[in-house]
Amino acid sequence: MGLTASSVGRGAADGGLQLRKKEPDDRVIALAGNPNVGKSTVFNALTGLHQHTGNWPGKTVALAQGRCEYKGRGYLLVDLPGTYSLASRSEEERAAAEFLSGGEADCVVVVCDGTCLERNLLLVLQILELTDRVVVCVNLLDEARKKELRLDLRRLELELGVPVAGVSAGRGEGLDGLCERIRSVADGFEEPRPRRTDAPRDPDERAKAFVARAQALAEGVVAGGGSGTVRRERKADRFLTGKFTGLPVLLLLLFFIFWLTIQGANAPSAWLQAGFDALEQLLWRLARALCLPWYVSGPLLEGVYRTAARVVAVMLPPIAIFFPLFTLLEDVGYLPRVAFLMDAGFCRCGACGKQALTMAMGFGCNAAGVVGCRIIDSPRERLIGIATNSLVPCNGRFPTLLTLSVLFFSGAGHSFSAALMLTGCVLLGVSATLAASALLSKTVLRGLPSAFTLELPPFRRPQLGRVIVRSMLDRTLFVLGRAAAVAAPAGLAIWCLANIRVGTRTLLALLTAFFDPAGRFLGMDGVILLAFILGFPANELVLPVAMMAFGGGAALGAVTDAGTGAALAAAGWTVKTAACAMLFCLFHWPCSTTVLTIRRETGSAKWTLLSVVLPTAIGVLLCRLVCLLA
Amino acid sequence: MGNGLAGLPELREGQAGSVEAMRMELSMRRRLMDLGLVPGTCVRRLQTAPAGSPIVFEIRGAKIALRRKDAADVLVRVAPWD
Repeated sequence: MGLTASSVGRGAADGGLQLRKKEPDDRVIALAGNPNVGKSTVFNALTGLHQHTGNWPGKTVALAQGRCEYKGRGYLLVDLPGTYSLASRSEEERAAAEFLSGGEADCVVVVCDGTCLERNLLLVLQILELTDRVVVCVNLLDEARKKELRLDLRRLELELGVPVAGVSAGRGEGLDGLCERIRSVADGFEEPRPRRTDAPRDPDERAKAFVARAQALAEGVVAGGGSGTVRRERKADRFLTGKFTGLPVLLLLLFFIFWLTIQGANAPSAWLQAGFDALEQLLWRLARALCLPWYVSGPLLEGVYRTAARVVAVMLPPIAIFFPLFTLLEDVGYLPRVAFLMDAGFCRCGACGKQALTMAMGFGCNAAGVVGCRIIDSPRERLIGIATNSLVPCNGRFPTLLTLSVLFFSGAGHSFSAALMLTGCVLLGVSATLAASALLSKTVLRGLPSAFTLELPPFRRPQLGRVIVRSMLDRTLFVLGRAAAVAAPAGLAIWCLANIRVGTRTLLALLTAFFDPAGRFLGMDGVILLAFILGFPANELVLPVAMMAFGGGAALGAVTDAGTGAALAAAGWTVKTAACAMLFCLFHWPCSTTVLTIRRETGSAKWTLLSVVLPTAIGVLLCRLVCLLA
Repeated sequence: MGNGLAGLPELREGQAGSVEAMRMELSMRRRLMDLGLVPGTCVRRLQTAPAGSPIVFEIRGAKIALRRKDAADVLVRVAPWD
């Protein structure tokens, strides 16, 4: 979910990898490991970067790079996607295997989960077959201690023949030791002599030999293991994913998060707006003092500044509250459990349960969700995941839904019913995802659901403060960045539209009139439909642009809920209009970034077109339905 | 179910068995082998999703969810004392 520019940006989905060495003699270090063993945490701890971490398998889908220095030498770290083997069955496994067998790495660090060493050793043994220069990093020693596991890492080192370093990357323990071992291997001070597995050629027999050796190794190295924590975890799991409790708990959690968001976002939104208004007064005074002509101050202040300020005021508070909460759930390890709960539904619709994970990423950003679909192994199911991803409301659409549901369906101060409304929106999005998946797998993407394995990671205590601060900062930067990159130019454009006249009417009025019949047909009006079209670069723009258009571009009311409500009521909006606008907000074409990402991920214009038409058709259908019923 | 062979979903919650045979197509068998599930491995059944599938199994210290249909292709021998 912490999918910001870095993971959605251009670099994120490149097939190949361009190593970005700063110095020519930088050493290249590859980080490999099973999914969800804290590879990204090790990467962050070493490089000081903030590659997003989360407690669910498949979170790192792209190859991330970072640099660190140790004892005067530069190291370029490459974070490979987590894999169970190098057999390259899915996109991410292929990426990892390709990089490792390419021989570009001066040293491969295999990160292992100290609480699940036996299974992790399987990958270690496979990598030892490929290269000598391996350092085994046993991570999560703190978790292992909590589970009363005793690990004899010295013995492991002797048995494997390569350096072994124990760390707790989350706390920063043991990193120096790890760096020292990496240095000695990468610089050739130490010549690892891996003890390879004596395995037959036949793949099945070979797999058995590896498993047998990993088991023997683990028996010698791991001791203890209190049942207390294990029992507690089983209890928690029985509650969170149980037959009767699982789904109610999921719904309650969702509702509770929305309720907190609505409760918490109101006041800061009003403060921000008041601050922006005061600043605008100052800027006007400054403009007058500088004797700026209207055609300079108008576009800058009324266009650029106001739109950007409005986007920030409306977007920032809900997002800065919602996403840290979501990140907490993610860090605890709840998301894979959601995929577990929902798999039966997806299976019946001919899709993969992991689509629940990519759907959850879609809440953050649909473009990121589309990239995330790489965790789905079967190409058919991956296409279904990609084509249906924009059916859940992303970051940019969420505040529009929130504002409209507060204004038209609950009234200010009734955050309870507004939260219910939002939960309903999400459920509608999920139902549409399931229905569309079923439709696709019955028609253009025909096929049976393929085999499915999903690991439920151990629960981890999230680092509360760090997670919240980090995720709030990330989100704030994200919103501010978007405000500068898209809201400002869009503000300029809309100001021009509202102030350039053709005959007696402004361009904006002409355009709105042009779209009005279509808007009315969908139960909305021309203004909001135009706003949806102008919002193609970024969904955040829809409501601010609509408000600009309603205000005629000149004197505009405040962006507070009251101001927005008054403007919408003045434009003749009813509950029906709002309902249709919310439905269309949930289901219309994906934003331009998402469309480009889909094009790149599928490599096909046909599937891209399908991914645009599908949500739009659903939106049109539902809006018509509301029109006919209401 | 006595001491005979049984599919994984036939285990009771909390019950363990030792894998005897894996009767499934190649790609799924490989994938399970990657997770350390080979003949001889001890597997314990844990909780079941509300819809009756998937089911969580403990395989070599990790919790792995498998769909009921896939899990039925893994045959286990139940320990006589269990």
